[in-house]
Amino acid sequence: MTGDKVITADKLTKRYGDFVAVDHISFEVHKGEIFGFLGANGAGKTTAMRMLCGLSLPTSGKATVAGFDVYRENEKIKQNIGYMSQKFSLYEDLTVKENMRFYGGIYGMSDAFIKNKTASILDQLHLQKEGNKLVKALPLGWKQKLAFSVAIFHEPGIVFLDEPTGGVDPVTRREFWNMIYQASESGITIFVTTHYMDEAEYCNRVSIMVDGKIEALDSPAQLKKIYEAGSMEDVFLQLARKAVRAAD
Amino acid sequence: MRTLKFLLQKEFRQIFRDPSILRVILIMPVIQLLILPWAADYEMKNIKLAVVDQDHSDYSRQLINKITSSGYFILTDYTDSYNASLKQIERDKADLVLQIPDNFEKELVKEDEATLFMALNAINGVKANLGGAYLRTIIQDFNREVRTEWIQFPRFSPETQIEVVSSNWFNPLMNYKYFMVPGILVILLTMVGLNLAAINIVKEKEIGTIEQINVTPIKKYHFILGKLIPFWILGLVVLTIGLTISRLFYGIIPAGSFVTIYVFAAVYLLAVLGLGLLLSTFSSNQQQSMLLSFFLMMIFILLGGLYTSIDSMPEWAKWITRFNPVSYFIEVMRMVVLKGSNLADIKYHLFSMLGFAAVFNTWAVISYRKRS
Repeated sequence: MTGDKVITADKLTKRYGDFVAVDHISFEVHKGEIFGFLGANGAGKTTAMRMLCGLSLPTSGKATVAGFDVYRENEKIKQNIGYMSQKFSLYEDLTVKENMRFYGGIYGMSDAFIKNKTASILDQLHLQKEGNKLVKALPLGWKQKLAFSVAIFHEPGIVFLDEPTGGVDPVTRREFWNMIYQASESGITIFVTTHYMDEAEYCNRVSIMVDGKIEALDSPAQLKKIYEAGSMEDVFLQLARKAVRAAD
Repeated sequence: MRTLKFLLQKEFRQIFRDPSILRVILIMPVIQLLILPWAADYEMKNIKLAVVDQDHSDYSRQLINKITSSGYFILTDYTDSYNASLKQIERDKADLVLQIPDNFEKELVKEDEATLFMALNAINGVKANLGGAYLRTIIQDFNREVRTEWIQFPRFSPETQIEVVSSNWFNPLMNYKYFMVPGILVILLTMVGLNLAAINIVKEKEIGTIEQINVTPIKKYHFILGKLIPFWILGLVVLTIGLTISRLFYGIIPAGSFVTIYVFAAVYLLAVLGLGLLLSTFSSNQQQSMLLSFFLMMIFILLGGLYTSIDSMPEWAKWITRFNPVSYFIEVMRMVVLKGSNLADIKYHLFSMLGFAAVFNTWAVISYRKRS
């Protein structure tokens, strides 16, 4: 692990009226790391992630992403990150190629870059034949993989994935994680939320959020040792049961 | 600029792939323009008339004949009891009751003077007003005929009469369609533009793609322009279709130039689409934005001068119409189509519309937030 910090959060907080969705969280993510961001539904994972991506304005605290401040330089952050939201976010009424062209285009990529990149992604996903099909005609697993490819189309330094494998079958989940590893090997920092504890084991480090606070942060092996648990699932259950906030 | 190219490419692809949008743009205006002008008629026809004839004379029959042959009235009841005919009004079987009293003919011949009585169902004020006026005109006509029958033409008329001769400028035959069709076209253009723009951004909010857009370094005004330009072009297409239909089916050839119409329409569409996009940025789902645009459309139409003259509205209502873009365009259309006004004549309207366009679009860009 290099000492290069690409994400820093310092007492980052988001309030909605009396409700504190994210409560003074502090952590650092290093370059090239796969950082797992765990927590029950309603723990505040998505809100925290949205603040880091410049989609939501923090109430207080400090944070930088790719060296840019989330308050003032949020548009600069956006050039350097990829984001895959919980909601499927490709245009269903556009073809696979058109989606890539569109997202590549609005990130300012050149036509030649878009063309080459599109071909190599279709190759990698074995979707050469489906390039001109409308996205809505594809099965969910393919769509998710495609959405991930589009999120890193412009080759960002960091990619944020919000429950990327929700609702897909185990085989596709495995393939999806292979893609994440590949991206990580090429130097992209991965910031991922998930509900699957086996996926948590794949991460270099994980943080576990309970009621808007980070309750634990370490490597999976270390966490299992600290909580004297056999699996990440046990660690998670021990922590998540402390939650008082109702899940949504 | 390059970003804009990608945005436009995407929007046009989506529009041409969505059959419902094409239907709204192409078929709806055509059908409405073919149907509405025939129904939106200022003239009252088929007024239900109940006659209480207590005279049963030659003259009473002549009068009734004259009234029914005018084409405006349908004789629905013929009695000799006034009370019976009032019942007809109560049951909505009659709009007007004309009572021809006993001795009508006798008095007309002997006394040179006779009285008729007219009762109006004023629930529909317009119908009562116009029906009464028509009936009065017909009776006056009848009166004149009777007089000429009797009076041997002397050298000078025994009674001085002032006759008014009028000529109708700009619409010589007072063809109401020349007046209504351009107005209806404006309403159609506004509805298509406002609704399409109002549901567009909000649709991206619903399916979640707006998040993916917001997380890119895209400029807000690029995004808004990317939405505005396609609908602007479609709006001009709708206008062209509408003008073609006006020409083919209603024989309306603008007295003024098409350039004037298109220049104003181009600016007008910017304003209307800007307003639609503004509604879209305010709403979080399509129902909300549709309700908002529907509500505005009601005000725009009723305070737009299409059916009712703005000049006869109370001062405060006139003041409101100044904030209604529709009222400007309806006025401009009528000026250009009927009077042949040119750009210099409509410059007040044009500058006002530029103001609307600037305000609505700037507001839309400001209120579209990439970060909540």
